[in-house]
Amino acid sequence: MSMFKNVTIGQYIPGNSVIHRLDPRTKILATTLLIVVLFMVKSAIGYALVALGIAGVIWASEIPWRYVIRGLRPLLVILILTVSLHLFMTEGRVILQIWFLKVTWEGLVRGLMMGSRLILLIVGTSLLTLTTSPIQLTDGIESLLTPGKKIGIPAHELAMMMTIALRFIPTLLEETEKIMKAQMARGADFQSGGIMQRAKSLVPLLVPLFVNAFRRADDLAIAMEARGYRGGEGRTKFRELKLQPMDGVAITIVVSFAVVVGVFF
Amino acid sequence: MVKVALSDVNLEIEAGEFVGLIGPTGSGKSTLVQHFNGLILPSSGKVYVDGVDLTKKDTQLRLIRQKVGLVFQYPEHQLFGETILEDVGFGPRNGGLSDGEVEERVREALEYVGMDYESLKDRSPFELSGGQKRRVAIAGVLAMRPSVLILDEPTAGLDPQGREEILSEIKRLHEERGITVILVTHSMEDVARLVDRIIVMERGCVALDGTPVEIFRQADRLQDMGLGIPQITELMRELQAQGLDVNTDILRVEQAEEEIIRIMGWQK
Repeated sequence: MSMFKNVTIGQYIPGNSVIHRLDPRTKILATTLLIVVLFMVKSAIGYALVALGIAGVIWASEIPWRYVIRGLRPLLVILILTVSLHLFMTEGRVILQIWFLKVTWEGLVRGLMMGSRLILLIVGTSLLTLTTSPIQLTDGIESLLTPGKKIGIPAHELAMMMTIALRFIPTLLEETEKIMKAQMARGADFQSGGIMQRAKSLVPLLVPLFVNAFRRADDLAIAMEARGYRGGEGRTKFRELKLQPMDGVAITIVVSFAVVVGVFF
Repeated sequence: MVKVALSDVNLEIEAGEFVGLIGPTGSGKSTLVQHFNGLILPSSGKVYVDGVDLTKKDTQLRLIRQKVGLVFQYPEHQLFGETILEDVGFGPRNGGLSDGEVEERVREALEYVGMDYESLKDRSPFELSGGQKRRVAIAGVLAMRPSVLILDEPTAGLDPQGREEILSEIKRLHEERGITVILVTHSMEDVARLVDRIIVMERGCVALDGTPVEIFRQADRLQDMGLGIPQITELMRELQAQGLDVNTDILRVEQAEEEIIRIMGWQK
């Protein structure tokens, strides 16, 4: 019934693999390391090694490959743009000329490297959200940010904001659909007309959407206070994060891999 | 479990009828009524409005939606206009009417829901109380002068007085303008009092279809579905069970009063 059934945000795929069972903090740290390594790697062998490492993790996570590949689709345009910019705009030895477009050897190498870097970044980070439920993710972020409280980082508040935002995505989509239908029942047309016309036709959708979102936020705040919420102060958790031996092993593997690849390749 | 949104609905509603659509939560009432103005098109089957097939590709659904007005649940959540005039006039303006005609429609629609045009037209709909917002939103649909009006739980969340007012306005519309009304509701009292025909939905199918008296005779069937019968009918059945020879085809308090007086042999 929903027109938004194709929208997948925070696409978590439940499972019980080794990767799923890791502590979210381990996974967040590993992902951060991956990003750092990807910006340090300079050689093709380095990229190949990282790709192999990620492939290993995908295999261990038991996530179907098509889900991982699907994550790349929204960024296809950026990917093509980046690669072709490097391909055509880099000065160097010309190896191919199509009309006024010159492809250089240096450009080809750089384009391929940039492309691989982007792909590996997206795949690597989407593995984090694919194997970690949004709640675990925010718990992990909160726990990792807690030391930052001393320098004024509102760890708990940030995590709470993320949790609430994630929780309300489906609600807002449902609401959008409902309001669209109600306005269509009064003859509104969201599909035709020029850009200005279409932008204007969004007013009857966006105004109620915002009004309702604020109303909902108010209700939620009151409901939370009514149940004794007063920020992170002295709050205990139902699910305590606890590092397992497995996390030690995972961190050791990831760190040594990162050092070797980052420094030597 | 296979989830099917509705399945084998076969219904015909005549022009000028006042129909009550009832059924337990999730029985498909809201989904069904969205088919009546083409907001949802069936993946198989047909929907006809005044002989026009909505599933045909060249059908102008916008024209159908002007003809079949649909008031959603909590319609006040869809208000957007800076002024009440702008909001209520949204439908007629989309229908391509001139400013003068739009104003005329808005005046008429507001008066139908018992609100004063002159003092309200330039005010923001967001300043109004909940019940007033609801009426402005209903006026927004009436302003299109639909010949069929569908209301999805128009009284949900209102106080008794607000309920009473909105229902009597709907009744008046039906009587004075002869428009077809389809009322989706959970209140057995409301349907018993207002409608000529009740359609009971259950799991996507029409379970029962008949006059209120016919429907409420099947109290056990309704109770099995998680529905009930009007309190006053329940009372009469109870009296009968206690051994009083009363007529149980009673839907209104006044009818019950007369019946009790008759059976007790009292003078009025």
